[in-house]
Amino acid sequence: MTLEGNSLFIANRGEIAVRVNKAAKALGLKVIQAHSEADVEMLAVKLADEAANLGPPAAAKSYLNIDKVIAAAQAAGADAVHPGYGFLSENAQFARAVEAAGMVFVGPSGDTIARMGDKVAAREAAIAAGVPVAPGSKGIIATVDDARDVTDKIGYPVMIKASAGGGGRGIRVAETDDDLARLIPQAQAEAAAAFGDGSLYLERMVTDARHVEVQIMGDGTRAVHLFERECSLQRRRQKVWEEAPSTVLSDAARAHVCAASVRLAEAVNYKGAGTLEFLYEPSRDAFYFMEMNTRIQVEHPVTEMITGVDLVQEMIRIAFGQPLSLDQSALTITGHAIEARVNAEDPANNFMPFPGVVGAMHIPEDVRFDTMLYEGYAIPPFYDSLLGKLIVHGADRAEALELLRKALGQIRLDGLKTTLPLFRALANEPAVIEGKANTAFLETWLETAKIEAA
Amino acid sequence: MPKTIQAPVPGTFYRKPSPDQPPFIPDGGAIAVGDTIGLIEVMKTFIEIKVEEGGANARFVVEDENPVLAGAPLVEFD
Repeated sequence: MTLEGNSLFIANRGEIAVRVNKAAKALGLKVIQAHSEADVEMLAVKLADEAANLGPPAAAKSYLNIDKVIAAAQAAGADAVHPGYGFLSENAQFARAVEAAGMVFVGPSGDTIARMGDKVAAREAAIAAGVPVAPGSKGIIATVDDARDVTDKIGYPVMIKASAGGGGRGIRVAETDDDLARLIPQAQAEAAAAFGDGSLYLERMVTDARHVEVQIMGDGTRAVHLFERECSLQRRRQKVWEEAPSTVLSDAARAHVCAASVRLAEAVNYKGAGTLEFLYEPSRDAFYFMEMNTRIQVEHPVTEMITGVDLVQEMIRIAFGQPLSLDQSALTITGHAIEARVNAEDPANNFMPFPGVVGAMHIPEDVRFDTMLYEGYAIPPFYDSLLGKLIVHGADRAEALELLRKALGQIRLDGLKTTLPLFRALANEPAVIEGKANTAFLETWLETAKIEAA
Repeated sequence: MPKTIQAPVPGTFYRKPSPDQPPFIPDGGAIAVGDTIGLIEVMKTFIEIKVEEGGANARFVVEDENPVLAGAPLVEFD
């Protein structure tokens, strides 16, 4: 169904702005692209119908400035605002401000974002919907004695987490009672300083775990899942390689976690694209809910490849008031997809950022490459290092790996140092090929791996 | 000719360890070998800018939180 006659303001940059642009154009929308003074030359600006300057390069003065973004969208006469990922995408105040200004926010309501963004409230909502969580505190722990009551039941090690944290931030590990007594006050002070909220909770630490996350899509009344992704290969808690489906789930485990995720989505009247992140412990066949991301994720393409669904188009249609177009019974997994995040970082030099100028580009024709790059583009140093995502889709995992190795052998991004050599090494690593890598694998492997210079 | 320290990478220059703290080096201050004069944030990574040759009367050419290009002088001193 077309949305012709309407316009969409993209309040983001980089590859996701390009991705949202493609979805918007396919739906017949006029595209207004926000940009900072450092992003005048970015690909998403060139592809847009109109551009709107938000201000200085620093994100705090442009992409993160709610007043400026709202004013620019209103001045352009936008009907809707897509926040992408990062920046203001999970900011409840921004979602409310967009709606208060008479525009459509492409995502859930500000209230849903606030509820799921509070880790303790999200955990309570998960428990109420029958979603499995890690053994831990029922709610916020106020004192070391409260924490000891929890560790008496679940033992050590435990993770001390900040209620307002997320994405791996605000986490400490206590191995002993002494650690607990020392770290609780520290963690409270740090969370208060970093997030403006010193609330903490505890969870049992899982040492051999996979990162498994479930994609859901809802229209406010009905929700479906689009199966899971596995993102166990992480460096500094940042995902570098994602797959769909997971390499370790049985059909029963998949059905269990996906059904639970739909229950939570429907319980909170979820609207738009969302992801429930879990740790999966293979030795116990157990899932532990970590957090919900109330936005489109970087790694959404692997789900699109195995389901054939355009997630970004679907979330935009739903935001404009159309009902969910997907039926659970019609959704199936076809083949296996892998995504490699190509970052402007030098893996041979401790992943030092490299904001260079793009020389000649050669992209193999039979793969998907979601990117912000074009030949001659000067990559600004002010934002994150993600340049693009190389995505392959095979009939099974072995074929997907073969396609990835082939694509990595053919792709050329001259003039840059990127993480491509990392993926050339990983795609030939036995533990990765055998699907045995857990969330701790990559950092340990990097201590001894030899990665050739780009 | 005053001595200078140049930005090794492009990015955003910070004169303070965090927004609510005083600058690493005050205007007109002395700098010694090994001192940190500031941070450059490049793609969300913070790089410490260290002094390799000391001196006096530091005059910052780039203001706190302003963008810099690689090779641009950050500070002049005698």
